[in-house]
Amino acid sequence: MQKELYIKHWVKIKAGKIFDVEETFLATEEKDLNTFLKLGYQRLQISYPKFHKMDGLSKLGILASEIISRKHSFSKETALIFSNAASCLETDEEFQNSMQNFPSPATFVYTLPNIVLGELSIRHGLQSENSFFVSPQFDAALLVDYSTNLINTKMAPQVLCGWIDLQSGEYDVFLCLISSEGKTQFSEEMLRKIYYAENDRPTHRT
Amino acid sequence: MEKLYLLDDAIISPLGFSTEENMHQLRMGNSGLSIQKPKKPEAKPICAGIIEDAKIDREFAKIGKLEEFTKLEKMAILAIHSVLKRNRSLDFSNTPLIIATTKGNIDLLQTSKGFDKNRIYLSEFSRQISNFFGFKQPPITISNACISGGLALVAAKRLAAVRKFENAIVLGADLVSDFVVSGFNSFQALSSEPSKPFSKAREGINLGEAAAAMLVSTKKPKRKSSVSLIGEASVNDANHISGPSRTGEGLFRSMQKSIKMAGISSKKIDFISAHGTGTKYNDEMEAIAFNRAGLEQVPVNSIKAFYGHTLGASALLESILNKHNMLNNEVFASANFEELGVSKPLNIITENTDIELKYALKTASGFGGCNLAMVFQKEEL
Repeated sequence: MQKELYIKHWVKIKAGKIFDVEETFLATEEKDLNTFLKLGYQRLQISYPKFHKMDGLSKLGILASEIISRKHSFSKETALIFSNAASCLETDEEFQNSMQNFPSPATFVYTLPNIVLGELSIRHGLQSENSFFVSPQFDAALLVDYSTNLINTKMAPQVLCGWIDLQSGEYDVFLCLISSEGKTQFSEEMLRKIYYAENDRPTHRT
Repeated sequence: MEKLYLLDDAIISPLGFSTEENMHQLRMGNSGLSIQKPKKPEAKPICAGIIEDAKIDREFAKIGKLEEFTKLEKMAILAIHSVLKRNRSLDFSNTPLIIATTKGNIDLLQTSKGFDKNRIYLSEFSRQISNFFGFKQPPITISNACISGGLALVAAKRLAAVRKFENAIVLGADLVSDFVVSGFNSFQALSSEPSKPFSKAREGINLGEAAAAMLVSTKKPKRKSSVSLIGEASVNDANHISGPSRTGEGLFRSMQKSIKMAGISSKKIDFISAHGTGTKYNDEMEAIAFNRAGLEQVPVNSIKAFYGHTLGASALLESILNKHNMLNNEVFASANFEELGVSKPLNIITENTDIELKYALKTASGFGGCNLAMVFQKEEL
């Protein structure tokens, strides 16, 4: 039997704003990525020193997942199905530049897009299914189909899925928690509606 | 239970440009690794599995324009072309292309080599391959470290259950680039000689490049014997992003869940195709996980010392070898194995052996704490 699935909660980080359906946690004109991420970390009063060693993609993931996990605690088997357009290109470029002198292993480890999934698994103690997809634009159908299958086959009780993109210092994050409980129906149409609501100018290349 | 049948495949590697050639070389015990002269005189030579550009171009010239595609795209296209030419009736309007790669055209980051700068995007790499053949649906790209190739196969099975397509083409491909060489070097993870998975004297990995393609189907083929994916699971260690769990937690759980999904007892597993990279930590972790799962008696091998670690291609490439091993009822000696050098017992295969294979397990693990286990079954008519 196919269960009805719902978007239990969602969060977005874009253009200086960190917000969910209920509140805005941060709204700033700050243009520098690292300063913005630090502001977010402080505003959310996170205490996780490892945060400061992470690359931008992982930091964005930590900020977004923190908001959702505070309102709805993640069970250990909550799956992570993330996607983006640029993979980890920002960190790739950083590592490429370091290759001339001293290639840094601390940077190299972040040159895989799924590292953010590993960081979130550690942060929230998730021993669960992880997949990272790359597509030129937000692919709602893929997220819905993959997440639905994981829950229907009982591979995961709930799924944290979405889009987490970072290129040229511009970020675009939309994560949502999918479960069999909630009010907002989990469908392609609804995902697109929420994603594009504030996204008249997506960051991916045009 | 949904099954995903492994119908046809091709491997483009230093060991050959077809699955048959690759199987033949492995049977002969030949390795695709060689010592590569360093590009900078001060650098150390590396031992890697590299495909000669000239060899790729010679083959590719028969089907496409050399200047229009990157090396990795040519490898990927050759692999898929080889599968498609034997399966001409495939309906492209309802056949997704699922592509696994960790770094795609990463060699273009340093110099674009005359290609458009968009070519560095993984989705653009996929689009080039898809367009070459005229697939009607946008390709699906997975980039999930060293389990990517296996995860692409898993994605085909899972999406087929929801989207109801019958066939899919799955591809895994990665290069040996200066980028990854420099990265693994910075970790001091590269072995200067052919790697020695599970051996005492192992001192790291070799890198390798390959493209592996597979035609899969939810429909059972009318053949004397066929192999299908019947159980799969991927569980994160939630422990460390660059080192495997010391207890093998994620891999142990992946194996347990995949065997449970397959609906069999772990005692039924006849053979394990391990990840076996040849690093101290990976091989030790796998030994612990196999023991925790009660699989220490099962014949196990790693072929990494024949190919090097082909990153996003490896788990798919090894699934292809696994399938043919099952059809032929043969297993290969674990490449370059000497004296067991892990803390738990393992039944490492030391010579090519003919054994009856009905169920086989494929495992893989990667950066980010990811692990994957897949159970394959052989059915006879």
